[in-house]
Amino acid sequence: MYRTASGEEIFVIDGHTHFWDGSPANQKNVHGKQFIECFYAYHANLSPPEEKWTLEQFEKYDAQTMHDDLFVRGYDDMAILQSTYLTDFYNNGFNTVERNSALKKKHPERFILNGAFDPRDGNKGLEQLHADAEKYKLQGVKLYTAEWRGESKGYRLDDKDSYKFLEAAQKLGIKNIHVHKGPTIIPLNKDSFAVGDIDDVATSFQDLNFIVEHCGLPRLDDFCWIATQETNVYGGIAVALPFIHTRPAYFAHVMAELLFWIGPDKILYGSDYGIWTPKWLIDKFMAFEIPEELSKETGSVLTLETKKKILGLNAARLYDIDIEAQKKRIDAIGGYQHLAAAHAAE
Amino acid sequence: MAAAINDDRQAQIWARLQTVTDPELDEPVTDLKFVTAVEVDADNRVRIGFRLPTYWCAANFSFLMADDMRRAVLELPWVEAVEVTLGEHMYADKINAGLAQGLSFQETFGDEADGDLDEVRRTFLLKAFQRRQAALLAHLLDAGHRPEALVTLRFDDLTQLRFDEAGTTLLGRYLERRAVAAAADEPLAFVDADGDPLHAETLLTYVRALRRVDVNAEFNSALCRGLLHVRFDTETPITPRRTGLADQTSQLSA
Repeated sequence: MYRTASGEEIFVIDGHTHFWDGSPANQKNVHGKQFIECFYAYHANLSPPEEKWTLEQFEKYDAQTMHDDLFVRGYDDMAILQSTYLTDFYNNGFNTVERNSALKKKHPERFILNGAFDPRDGNKGLEQLHADAEKYKLQGVKLYTAEWRGESKGYRLDDKDSYKFLEAAQKLGIKNIHVHKGPTIIPLNKDSFAVGDIDDVATSFQDLNFIVEHCGLPRLDDFCWIATQETNVYGGIAVALPFIHTRPAYFAHVMAELLFWIGPDKILYGSDYGIWTPKWLIDKFMAFEIPEELSKETGSVLTLETKKKILGLNAARLYDIDIEAQKKRIDAIGGYQHLAAAHAAE
Repeated sequence: MAAAINDDRQAQIWARLQTVTDPELDEPVTDLKFVTAVEVDADNRVRIGFRLPTYWCAANFSFLMADDMRRAVLELPWVEAVEVTLGEHMYADKINAGLAQGLSFQETFGDEADGDLDEVRRTFLLKAFQRRQAALLAHLLDAGHRPEALVTLRFDDLTQLRFDEAGTTLLGRYLERRAVAAAADEPLAFVDADGDPLHAETLLTYVRALRRVDVNAEFNSALCRGLLHVRFDTETPITPRRTGLADQTSQLSA
């Protein structure tokens, strides 16, 4: 919960978090090592110095650290756990739904658990999706289209097989499809970050919501274009948000563009934990304003109302969270005790 | 004497590499600090080493840049051969082997590709064109030129306009990419990505829309530079060797 200077409380749903194991013990090969080191480069490059972790801390953290970083030290009220398998890189997978579910079980009022599927897994994958949907009551999945599977280095959402999985998801009540584009989409000669396949499936599956993680970066321009055309395409601002510290002017431009093209109702906050932590991201976000000149040019203003939407209201709508009821649930297990103490001290 | 010659040849190679851009960022690979080594041996064979911001940078762009560097340097009349080597990348072995054998992208990647890089190259040249055109148009609009005048401005008259220093740079950058969209005999200074004329009443919206391309490229550039910096030491300059150091170079290559 974030409390403004005037005492107004803002309910925060973190749209993108991970409980991963990227430690050397779990790394299967050089790709596993390079994968977590690439994440670490994002962390080290964009975090304020005092928020930097060591590589060892970063490779693997425990459940309590994550809980406290998000909900005690940070302002998150709830967080969405996004599952990523990467079984070609990690012995036990990187961030599987099984691993995430342990965390959800421990803190059911805090976490929304998303699954994952991979159309290349065929019928076995469809069966698994059915089982996972039932077992974990999935409302969403995270798709990493650049995941390696043996000889294959990725897939497209408009493949025939992807359609089968999206149809299955729709039937199973999974309505939020988080998509993360990566660098190895086949065929490799095409622009792997192109978002045209999202455009295609968003048109074909009107009842599903497509949340494009990292707002399509590095294709923000193309993403804005398709997101204005499709009513069911959303943008997650993980990765864009930490620029608020290192490059506030660029962040202002990105926000101005997103607000101009897709509007305040379709942008979702995400920390991308453990790449970044919510405390500093939200402190800076709440203090942030789009510079006047840019506001005048684009008509985009980051009002308190808009910030509330981005930080929680939009995700609450997608995941059917009744915020007042949820607050009571969290309060009932003592989830806000640290706030009471902090407020008393003020 | 030999040292001076090698020094000069190194400088010529760096100058050629300066013309090669990262397709996505539209900035020279040298400015981005992607080039790590340039060596010339006694037989005028050139070796170029390069690196990228992440292990995962897209295969097509990696290959394109390597191939562009090879071609750019081969244009020097005295160069006998060019070997370009990519380091610490998921496809380093494949790309380096492909380059060494002079294979196309399709040949290098086989089943993982369904064609060569012409389409992706064109897509990003068009983005560069749009970005550079939007910057120049915004500059001209700021300077008080009216939309009606700009959409009908003749190409011959564009270069006759008075520009300040910043404007001159923008003009130069635009002219380098204008032919991506404009036909060789196109009389208008500005056309859109399809080669069609612009319209006065929608010019501001047009420039505004292209701003997205620009913001995107700047954002990516900041990200790529930052990631490269975490991965490698980017502080120590790797530049053409000056006299003094050049003596060592010539001894090595002699």
